[in-house]
Amino acid sequence: MRKIAVVGASLAGLRAAETLRRRGFEGELTLIGEELHRPYNRPPLSKELLAGKVEPESTGFPCDALDAEWVLGRRADALDLERRVVTLDGGDELSFDGLVIATGSRAREWPGLPGIEGFHYLRDLEDSLALGRAVAASPRVCIVGAGFIGCEVAATLRMQGLDVTVVDVAPHPMLPLGPEIGGRCRRMHEEHGVRFVFETTVEGFEGSDRVEGVRLASGERIEADLVLLALGAVPNVDWLAGSGLQLDPGVVCDEFSLAVGVDGVAAAGDVAQWPHPAGGGMTRIEHWSNAAEQGIAAAANLLAAPGERKPYTPIPTFWTDQYDVKIQSVGFVRQATALDVVEDEPEERRLVAEATRDGELVAAITFNRAARIPKYRKALMEAAAAASAPAATA
Amino acid sequence: MKVIVDYDLCQAHGECAAVAPEVFELDDSDNLNVLIEEPDESLREKVEQAAAVCPVMAIKVEG
Repeated sequence: MRKIAVVGASLAGLRAAETLRRRGFEGELTLIGEELHRPYNRPPLSKELLAGKVEPESTGFPCDALDAEWVLGRRADALDLERRVVTLDGGDELSFDGLVIATGSRAREWPGLPGIEGFHYLRDLEDSLALGRAVAASPRVCIVGAGFIGCEVAATLRMQGLDVTVVDVAPHPMLPLGPEIGGRCRRMHEEHGVRFVFETTVEGFEGSDRVEGVRLASGERIEADLVLLALGAVPNVDWLAGSGLQLDPGVVCDEFSLAVGVDGVAAAGDVAQWPHPAGGGMTRIEHWSNAAEQGIAAAANLLAAPGERKPYTPIPTFWTDQYDVKIQSVGFVRQATALDVVEDEPEERRLVAEATRDGELVAAITFNRAARIPKYRKALMEAAAAASAPAATA
Repeated sequence: MKVIVDYDLCQAHGECAAVAPEVFELDDSDNLNVLIEEPDESLREKVEQAAAVCPVMAIKVEG
């Protein structure tokens, strides 16, 4: 390979590019990013940056040492796998031998949102800065969506003394963590003064020049001057329509994170989908650690000879910081059918819970117990290795 | 090769300990201990991965 293009200049793309160089790729390396910024870290956008505790510059990843060309503020609009060309907005073409797709995901939008002031999404740096400016006036805040982003922003804004109501169709916050953990999170937020309305849909929004209220299915109207739509994320695969790649909805890859049906194309991060036995089949992970780890793995496999590729079978980890609690998980929580709380220290806000499926450990969830995560990860790796070891013949 | 941790940035995520347990360890008080400050070359890939997966970019690898 003489030319490799990395489409997507955030965490996964950056880690892929770094890995390509570290693994000895000496050809032309180009990163294409729709955002104007070089890669930056997103977790602070809902926390420290939103709270005004850090400057935007501090979120940037160090990348001056990376030997690559940066094409920023340009969107990839099409991929031609026969000619091996990426077409950018404006029509420019970038040819490649190898390709890493790392275009991530974007905030899911509310269809038909009224064109009035007061609505926010939170995905990129500009979103976070706009939200931070908007809360300076101490608006009454309604957050639609009690997922990870919704909960983090609820905590950040509540700690700034704002009036915060969170609504969701789900029965508890952070649905994937299950009702036990979700219930504890709910109580934590409520102790801080956040109000929730669960198992409700939003019928519509009210307001003339700007938003004034959120109308629920029950008829209740939540008074709000600012609405954050935290509805989850959608993989950025629109540009790949018609390229011939399988999209379901992410870029369908093999166990090596290489796109199926084509040579020399890898995918990593939110946009990638691949078979992972522990994940219950085709898996797509929208968490930070996966973006970094899969960027590394996909790049390594892109360069490796077929016999030297390594299957990408991570034990995924996740974290969220809300108030003074760091919630972490390791493993595939969604595969669990049961949860046991094995350590519970409410005064220290510490908790350790083991998630099992048919009696087998599949994940662990911790509150303020970071030291447990590497131990559980090791146990899960050992279990996975044992499970995939060749069975003894009878 | 030298491993340098910025303990002001460290938030005890433990990703490093998961990826390179020979070099990084979180104790029960969630303090990070660097077990080998100058790891052998054979640990390079793991150590560089540990630096790459630290959510707060607290780890630098020199040399």
